[in-house]
Amino acid sequence: MEALAKIVVKAAEAAADPAAAKNEAAAASAGFAYGLAAIGPGIGIGYIVGKAVEAMARQPEAAGMVRTTMFLGIAFTEALALIGFVVFILLKFA
Amino acid sequence: MNEPSSLFTSQLSGGAPEVAVTRHMLLRGLVAAPVLVLIAGFVWGADGAVSSAFGCALVMVNFALAAALISTTARISLALMMGAVLFGYLIRLGIIFAAVVLVRDMSWISLPALGCTIIVTHLGLLFWELRHVSASLAYPGLKPSSGGEASTSL
Repeated sequence: MEALAKIVVKAAEAAADPAAAKNEAAAASAGFAYGLAAIGPGIGIGYIVGKAVEAMARQPEAAGMVRTTMFLGIAFTEALALIGFVVFILLKFA
Repeated sequence: MNEPSSLFTSQLSGGAPEVAVTRHMLLRGLVAAPVLVLIAGFVWGADGAVSSAFGCALVMVNFALAAALISTTARISLALMMGAVLFGYLIRLGIIFAAVVLVRDMSWISLPALGCTIIVTHLGLLFWELRHVSASLAYPGLKPSSGGEASTSL
């Protein structure tokens, strides 16, 4: 009930000052965009490195090739986080 | 197939292929950066050109840090390398965030130019290097002699 009251108060404040409400919504959206965009690559990088380490422990002679592909895989996965970051800075600061 | 060894005692010695890959990417980045700066200058003006140069530098530092982290920790243990890659990802994202937040209020910054440059440089250098790596894996005889092969001591 208390939470509902807070939402009603926020809605009333937003109606009174649309510009402030828009800024607040943009800041919240930017935070969500950055946070969500960082979760997926985090899981992906963990998975890539875990499998690469397993492969290197099983087949040490292939370590060079595994490390090369692992590094490129990490960098490609990280591109997703960077795209989320760029969306974040454009929403928050631009 | 060999039996899995202890990840805490396994370490990789010899050349560091990620350092060779990053060296290639940095050299190509130095070639591509002036072109990107020029394009950003045409689209966003002088501010865009400076921001684009800053974005290129940011991406190249990011690649260099990632390679240095992996090659350093791989010589110690595979488990440490895994931890370093995961926490390094967070640290590098934090460094990029801090670098952008620190310069966002500068007079010369153009955030759209910076953002576009970060994405284009990162993906462009990766695809460029990927073509080279996939060709050298498919045709090992064409592999450049500068690429280091890693060996593992268990």
